[in-house]
Amino acid sequence: MPIILDKVSHIYGEDTAMAVKALDKISLVIPDGQFIGLIGHTGSGKSTLVQHLNGLMRATSGNIYFNGQDIDDSDFDKKMLRSKVGLVFQYPEHQLFETDVFSDVCFGPKNLGLSKKEIELRAYEALKLVGLEDEYFYQSPFDLSGGQKRRVAIAGVLAMKPEVLILDEPTAGLDPKGRDEILDQILKLKVETGITVLLVSHSMDDVAKYVDRIIVMSRGSILYDDIPKEVFKHYQELETIGLAAPQVTYIMKELRDHGYNVSDAITTIEEAKREIKDYFTKLAVMQRER
Amino acid sequence: MSLIKVRDLIYEYIRRDEEGNVEGITTAVDDVNLDIKQGDFVAILGHNGSGKSTLAKHLNAILYPTEGTVWVDGKDTKDETYVWDIRQTAGMVFQNPDNQIIGQVVEEDVGFGPENMGVPTQEIWERVEESLKAVGMYSFRKFSPNKLSGGQKQRVSIAGVIAMHPKCIVLDEPTAMLDPMGRKEVIRAVRALNDVEQITVILITHYMEEVIYADRVYVMDKGKVTLQGTPREVFSEVERLKELRLDVPQVTLLAHELAKEGFPMPKGVLTKQEFREALDRYRTERADKYANYFG
Repeated sequence: MPIILDKVSHIYGEDTAMAVKALDKISLVIPDGQFIGLIGHTGSGKSTLVQHLNGLMRATSGNIYFNGQDIDDSDFDKKMLRSKVGLVFQYPEHQLFETDVFSDVCFGPKNLGLSKKEIELRAYEALKLVGLEDEYFYQSPFDLSGGQKRRVAIAGVLAMKPEVLILDEPTAGLDPKGRDEILDQILKLKVETGITVLLVSHSMDDVAKYVDRIIVMSRGSILYDDIPKEVFKHYQELETIGLAAPQVTYIMKELRDHGYNVSDAITTIEEAKREIKDYFTKLAVMQRER
Repeated sequence: MSLIKVRDLIYEYIRRDEEGNVEGITTAVDDVNLDIKQGDFVAILGHNGSGKSTLAKHLNAILYPTEGTVWVDGKDTKDETYVWDIRQTAGMVFQNPDNQIIGQVVEEDVGFGPENMGVPTQEIWERVEESLKAVGMYSFRKFSPNKLSGGQKQRVSIAGVIAMHPKCIVLDEPTAMLDPMGRKEVIRAVRALNDVEQITVILITHYMEEVIYADRVYVMDKGKVTLQGTPREVFSEVERLKELRLDVPQVTLLAHELAKEGFPMPKGVLTKQEFREALDRYRTERADKYANYFG
């Protein structure tokens, strides 16, 4: 179900001397089934924005529409919104509390008033979706590794059957393999279920590799909203707001600066490899013709 | 003499179930030996649960060895009389800056350590000034820490440690929670401390590109040091690192991938300049070859 934001602003401490504008007239359409990356430096308004999407925070001005209905309407079911838009906070494993993994994942759907059978079915499905093996289901969540705990926490949100999944830096503090595993799993989940995913991330390399669309925030406004290739062409502007392009983009720039005729819209290792191979193939053809 | 010497270090902890019965024993650090000289920049890599943080906590007497010995500046960490000396010699910076800052004003926070050590007031101010200058945060000295970005807060934490004049600073994933600019700022500050102030640095991280300037890299797995060497040596082992749930910097990976396709790329390329120079050589070589052939 699409989410539409129309000139949404949020001011912390409105009408006080310390008023801070965290969101400034944000207009945005989040259609079904997209994988979106949300990037921005610390304090750019990312977290404030995502908390508006499931009604945890209320806009100071502007409107948010979920499936065509204004979420601030008096007859709008906010509880439904919170189950449809699942939010996974940073370090979600800190919120695990049950004695075993399975019970922890059951907690969310239990609060939806479902039957025991339905609850357990959902919990099982959710744990399968995040790729956790059966042998861990009845272990204490606290005995698992960092990456496994995080997957359990994500499963807890998935068990609510959200249509939009928002993840706030799901890979922070994980080792490189753990990062890839979580993101591969999320991509798989997106492909299999058609869920919309909004990924808040500080890793440009990850964002470049996984998402279809990047939204760049700075000082409460949207600076860019485009496909990764287009966004990372603005690497100089991104640097001035505390961000960067993926490392490969800089490698290709180094080559371009030294007379290699290669594309400047390269954001992944695979693309870079292909581009460099093509360059040398073309060079060989030219040299032969000469 | 080594500033930090670790011999046959083993650290075990006992796992208990809910009733407090012993379930088993986990060996978090398993027979580790290290020699770190004054002024070294050492990086420790390893996947989650490999034992790196447990090892780091031995270096300033937060944890004590189950077996083996750790000496910091010649002092055995197991000897309780030295605990405060050791913590002053080896300062520690953790992942979350918000857990480490206590002052209402930046300069107060940085002065907290030396004040507790009983440093005279005048000298505290001098130390606060030099520490904040060393991490590039002097112009923020009158700020409230909650007005700072993550990278700035983390640099204040580092200043707080160096105001205690340690010989060594241990940083346990100091950039894990920061945005790209914050990460750059912190790593730049750490390198400056090492280069300019000659402070020994031990950096634990999951970001491979942060360790390319280290003098030596140790890779941990299952509590043991499984790989060690210069960054170039360690990052030459692309496949081995992947098995260990780690990675290499993207430039190293791209060179490795091209080498697999037959490009003459050296092992362990660490910077984009090295990468480009390797391609330059290849380009010239091929042009010469064609010139000989057809010319």
